[in-house]
Amino acid sequence: MGLKGGKARIALGGLMVLLAASPACAIDGSEIARNGTQTGAPACAACHGDDGGGSIEGGFPRLAGLSVGYLTHELDSFGDGSRENETMGAIAQALTSDERRAVAAYYAGLPAPKAAEASAPDGAISSRGRNLAETGDWSRGVPACGQCHGPAGQGVGAAFPALAGQPAAYLMAQLSAWKTGTRHNDPLGLMKGIADKLSDQDGAAVSAYYAALPASQVGDSR
Amino acid sequence: MSLTRHGAASLATVLALGLTLALPQIGAAGADREGAVPPFVPPPDSAIPDDDLGKVIRLGEHIFHDTRNQAPAFVGNDLRCTNCHLDRGRLGHSAPLWAAYVTYPAYRAKNRHVNTFAERLQGCFRYSMNGKAPPLGDPVLVALESYAAFLAHGAPVGVKLPGQGYPKLTKPKGLDIPHGREVYAAKCALCHGENGAGQASSDGTLVFPPLWGGRSYNWGAGMSSVVNAAGFIKANMPLGQGNSLTDAEAWDVAAYIDSRERPQDPRFTGDLAATRAAHHDSPYDFYGQTVDGVTLGAQSSPAGTVAR
Repeated sequence: MGLKGGKARIALGGLMVLLAASPACAIDGSEIARNGTQTGAPACAACHGDDGGGSIEGGFPRLAGLSVGYLTHELDSFGDGSRENETMGAIAQALTSDERRAVAAYYAGLPAPKAAEASAPDGAISSRGRNLAETGDWSRGVPACGQCHGPAGQGVGAAFPALAGQPAAYLMAQLSAWKTGTRHNDPLGLMKGIADKLSDQDGAAVSAYYAALPASQVGDSR
Repeated sequence: MSLTRHGAASLATVLALGLTLALPQIGAAGADREGAVPPFVPPPDSAIPDDDLGKVIRLGEHIFHDTRNQAPAFVGNDLRCTNCHLDRGRLGHSAPLWAAYVTYPAYRAKNRHVNTFAERLQGCFRYSMNGKAPPLGDPVLVALESYAAFLAHGAPVGVKLPGQGYPKLTKPKGLDIPHGREVYAAKCALCHGENGAGQASSDGTLVFPPLWGGRSYNWGAGMSSVVNAAGFIKANMPLGQGNSLTDAEAWDVAAYIDSRERPQDPRFTGDLAATRAAHHDSPYDFYGQTVDGVTLGAQSSPAGTVAR
């Protein structure tokens, strides 16, 4: 008995050593997403949904299928204050650098939702949003959103996130944050320059347009 | 400023290239004088007629922004017309179609004869698109010409309109390629990639155009001249931040981009020096020169590769 207990303790000790020595990549991103961390980061899923699809009502963005580089950069930005957000700032600070990468990789690996939940806007709003997305408004020096974010808003690399299927309230809040400077983590100040040229009505129209695009759509290239 | 900081490198580069250090100091020839001619505004899309002509104009617009898919027999790279003619050929200082249309027929030193607008469009396919020239009368050319004519509705004919072509920057004392490489890394690589190959979305759609290499414009394209590239870059790059670079940054980054390898000039005779002498005899043209250990044009990928 005594001998057995001793063996068990040795085995447990060995396991703990193993865990402590685990490389960063062994951190379970899905565990953080579902249950949060011991250090106080809550479960991501509580706001961003079990499938990482986000929430229209809450204006919480979709994380599923976004680029790992982008998600990591945003967590780092929340952590260092270049993207100001009370909730996400505290959460990012509760995560280690390796935990941020692990949870970003987890969400990047999830499939994007197939269909957009938001319904397409009507009439003038729709056409204004589509114009900004596909053509831009060069009379004000505004390129088409799709020129950087992809023709279907599917996102390009780590610097240009997917817009398709994101909640309209979230997209509008970001345009506002670029404008006011509470978000200033954009490469070359590209989004600050764009947001400053857009009116609130432009922002609402283009946000509604992208909210109604399915995240996985591959559209006509422009 | 940059010339001071990189003076030694600049001198070395220029000497290595065998270029004269003192480039001609030509002012901004043809620079727009405010108020001389009012800026031309092309008609809105809604003015496209709802008839058979309108259908062809719309087809032209479609080809213009989705070139490879709409004209696969004539396109040999990953570019589209709108990459260099921003806002679907509408934007001033980005070689707008409306300004080009009213200047043809015109004599061109490039081929030493009078070109119609359709022949000018053929040149775009042969050089900028590294493809094949559509035959005169081909539906692709007819559609593009119809679209250009539509955009020029109301423009005076034979007048050099403000915003035509790309801005002509004051010529620099020299071209500083190492400085250009730094500018590229800081301002361009984000979108066009460290290796100039452009960048695609995760679903494979090419979003940012390749600037050099086998899928970009060839050595015969107007953009392979540093003069044109510098003007385009100064006015329009980074996208949405036009005129944010200094002239020196625009010149040097254009020199960096246009001193990388790209598809062969379709006029290549097999003799690099002779082809340079015939078509590239300019201190703003790196074809046939050796830069960073590469003799440009010596190992180029083929010209005129079309649909795969």
